Amino acid sequence: MTTAPSNVRIQSTPFDPGAELNAFLKETPHAGGIAVFIGQMRDFKGPDRATGAPVSAMALEHYPGMAEKELGALIDEARGRWKLDNVRVIHRSGDLAPSDPIVFVAAASAHRVDALEACTFLIDWLKTKAPFWKKETTGTGAAWVDATGADDVRAARWDKA
Amino acid sequence: MMTVLYFASVKEKVGLSEEQVDPPASVATVNDLIDWLAARSPRHAEAFASRGMIKSAVDQTHVPASASVADAREVAFFPPVTGG
Repeated sequence: MTTAPSNVRIQSTPFDPGAELNAFLKETPHAGGIAVFIGQMRDFKGPDRATGAPVSAMALEHYPGMAEKELGALIDEARGRWKLDNVRVIHRSGDLAPSDPIVFVAAASAHRVDALEACTFLIDWLKTKAPFWKKETTGTGAAWVDATGADDVRAARWDKA
Repeated sequence: MMTVLYFASVKEKVGLSEEQVDPPASVATVNDLIDWLAARSPRHAEAFASRGMIKSAVDQTHVPASASVADAREVAFFPPVTGG
């Protein structure tokens, strides 16, 4: 099944996850289960808010062309693995402020397991395959965010044997 | 001719977001291309110094450094991705 282009969106302006979810639900009235992941910008660096350095701003760079292609390929892969009625991935680029939504992933299916697993798969693979890079601004300046091994481990759980 | 693109920290180190290059036929793989690009300037050399940390894509598809660049139109170099 080919992926409609509207299932992938990369935008430099803020989006409203509630409005996106409502639109998605309206498009998919016959799905029995909808799973959604929303990632939003943290205002701290590190494992928790108490010990982390405050982060005041973020810039998201991406590889135009390849980013859309990779997100489309992730959706195609998810559709091949689970029975999905609808899928959507929206990702921000450009300048973000704390609590701005970064990513919206939605998967709809007849039953919850396909929706939940597909949604988890999509965000896990997105984090290790989609060409986006975060740069955070703290009191000591702006620095690129390092990739974490934990993300690789999570993504690898979905590799086929 | 091929277009070489740099992103994020790699772009900042090289000081360019893209350049048109025409490597010799002996440049067969991504690894060869890195060696060849690293010789272009001290900034290129520094950007490619820890090449184990650099990811590559040929014509917008992730590839290992052993991949061929024989028919590549666009080769990109970037750090591990951190979106989502």
